[in-house]
Amino acid sequence: MSTPRGGTGEALLEVRNLVKHFEIGGGLFGGRRGLVRAVDGVSFSIRPGETLGLVGESGCGKTTTGRCILQLELPTSGDIVFEGRELSKLGPDDMRAVRRRLQVIFQDPYSSLNPRMTVGEMIAEPLAVHDIVHGAAARRDRARQLLRHVGLLPQHAARYPHQLSGGQRQRVGIARALAMEPALIVCDEPVSALDVSIQAQIINLLEDLQAEFGLTYLFIAHDLAVVRHISDRVAVMYLGKIVEMADRKTLYDDPLHPYTRALLSAVPIPDPELEARREHLVLRGEVPSPLDPPSGCVFHPRCPIAEDRCRRVVPELREVKPGHWAACLLA
Amino acid sequence: MGSLLDVVDLQTQFVTRGGVVRAVDGVSWDVAEGETVALVGESGCGKSVSALSIMRLVAAPAGRVVGGRILFKGRDLLQLDEESMRRVRGSEIAMIFQEPMTSLNPVLTIGRQITEGLETHLGMAPTAARARAAELLSMVGIPDPARRLPQYPHQFSGGMRQRMMIAMALACEPALVLADEPTTALDVTIQAQILELMKSLSRRLGVAMLMITHNLGIVARYADRVNVMYAGKIIERGTAREIYATPRHPYTLGLLRSVPRLDEPRRARLDPIEGQPPDLTRLPGGCAFAPRCAFRVERCAVETPPLRPIGAPGHVTACWEAERLTAVREPVGGRR
Repeated sequence: MSTPRGGTGEALLEVRNLVKHFEIGGGLFGGRRGLVRAVDGVSFSIRPGETLGLVGESGCGKTTTGRCILQLELPTSGDIVFEGRELSKLGPDDMRAVRRRLQVIFQDPYSSLNPRMTVGEMIAEPLAVHDIVHGAAARRDRARQLLRHVGLLPQHAARYPHQLSGGQRQRVGIARALAMEPALIVCDEPVSALDVSIQAQIINLLEDLQAEFGLTYLFIAHDLAVVRHISDRVAVMYLGKIVEMADRKTLYDDPLHPYTRALLSAVPIPDPELEARREHLVLRGEVPSPLDPPSGCVFHPRCPIAEDRCRRVVPELREVKPGHWAACLLA
Repeated sequence: MGSLLDVVDLQTQFVTRGGVVRAVDGVSWDVAEGETVALVGESGCGKSVSALSIMRLVAAPAGRVVGGRILFKGRDLLQLDEESMRRVRGSEIAMIFQEPMTSLNPVLTIGRQITEGLETHLGMAPTAARARAAELLSMVGIPDPARRLPQYPHQFSGGMRQRMMIAMALACEPALVLADEPTTALDVTIQAQILELMKSLSRRLGVAMLMITHNLGIVARYADRVNVMYAGKIIERGTAREIYATPRHPYTLGLLRSVPRLDEPRRARLDPIEGQPPDLTRLPGGCAFAPRCAFRVERCAVETPPLRPIGAPGHVTACWEAERLTAVREPVGGRR
């Protein structure tokens, strides 16, 4: 299988056939042994300056994919090529340098910030650890500058996380990522813990920073409207696999996979008149366990158009139209 | 349709280290029989505390209902003794919470948790209660209820647990269900299943519903009337159609404009509400939304605007400048 690419140009990040299985059971408490196929053969690439949205419901493997890219999880198999280098082949020193260029923004900024450090200290710390800025005074200046970039004031440097609102904490998380001068930021549900009125602030900020610093984003989220807004291309995951991938407009205007269609139909739209007219395609059943995925197409038990062969044949992610990939026999 | 629940000038306060928080600050609203009413707002606006106040479940001693009346079928719930209140909870007013796992007892079987209410509130015999519990489970779409009844909550998925909560809430055929973010913890395809289930059951059984949520899409699809809350007060109320078509409070307008929408062309840029959510221990004088408001005038910082009628019957807003708000459908964004 060729790697699905987004148009032309060298990729900043290329993920090839990524597999991550977790073994469970056994051990001290026994229990049924099994293999959770969290990520089961995922391939995509991201061009410099691009935002790839990765959507799916809980347990689909989107976060694990992000963690494998960040080297927070060791992939079971597959390659992750970042800035032309295969990450599994790097020694510790090279890996350190790569980690700087690969940053992350988490969902819950409160649990990812140190409650005993001031905002200024938290931003200055990685500057010292990675030897990015020399001297405490210079680091303080740089921290203040970073705070300005993310829309905070210099006086916020003296505050502790509990003295900030959710939106302000997420800005601190972004400033910390930015301090490393990264090329790629994995944004893992960066706005889903925030209030509606604050989400838009943070999304606008991420877009401004991308334009200003030429950042590339892997934007992991479950909110389809947010993903549509921020992404250039979008990949939809279901039970460890990418089931559809295309540029934003194509995917939302002309979804090919029945799962993507169901997801889009399930999102309620803030307009009562439209909602009353709209036809809702409610999926039956629940997401099956990744411990024991269905045969053939993993979506077939819930699929409204499944045929007999869908139970037997595993659909490959194939380029149905130029640049539009779908893993469905009927697409 | 008569009024089933009439909340009048409700005030609920919490004593914190930072001072007294007026979580619900003189709020009045009502639910008619069989109607679905939404309380919508962001974290800390007082929507959940409103529901807890109705059930008299605000955690004492820090939290206390300090004023107002909660008239349910004409009786003031705040005046009832604890025993009478216990009968109201569950049998007349039921509550569904966001996280079903925390409101289910992990060491009791599903069957027991449903039959307990049926036996206590309806005086059913154990065998009859068991049969009714199985009926309830199949009503909320849980397959194979006989096999499911002896199981424990941890053996259910999140969506199935929420179905079970709905079954438990409807067990004693209440007149009103308070649903506090019932689908926020669920995935979008499961959310759709649960909401459709709640809608069809409430219609079929004629149950009134108070839907508490921050999700404007859910409100649009399921609510007849909407109350928008900000900093402990209702700042706008109207039919769902009115509120979405012609919002008459800058906060409502801001909320509607700040979310990206799948039914509209993608905007170049989102229009957020600027600033931070209010600190309830240090609310400014006048209108609590004024510091973030694009329509602010001098008067807003001094005088708190009361709810007043505007536009269609039943539409009220707490804004001095409501007449200046234009329709939400006007093109927005593009400023950069």
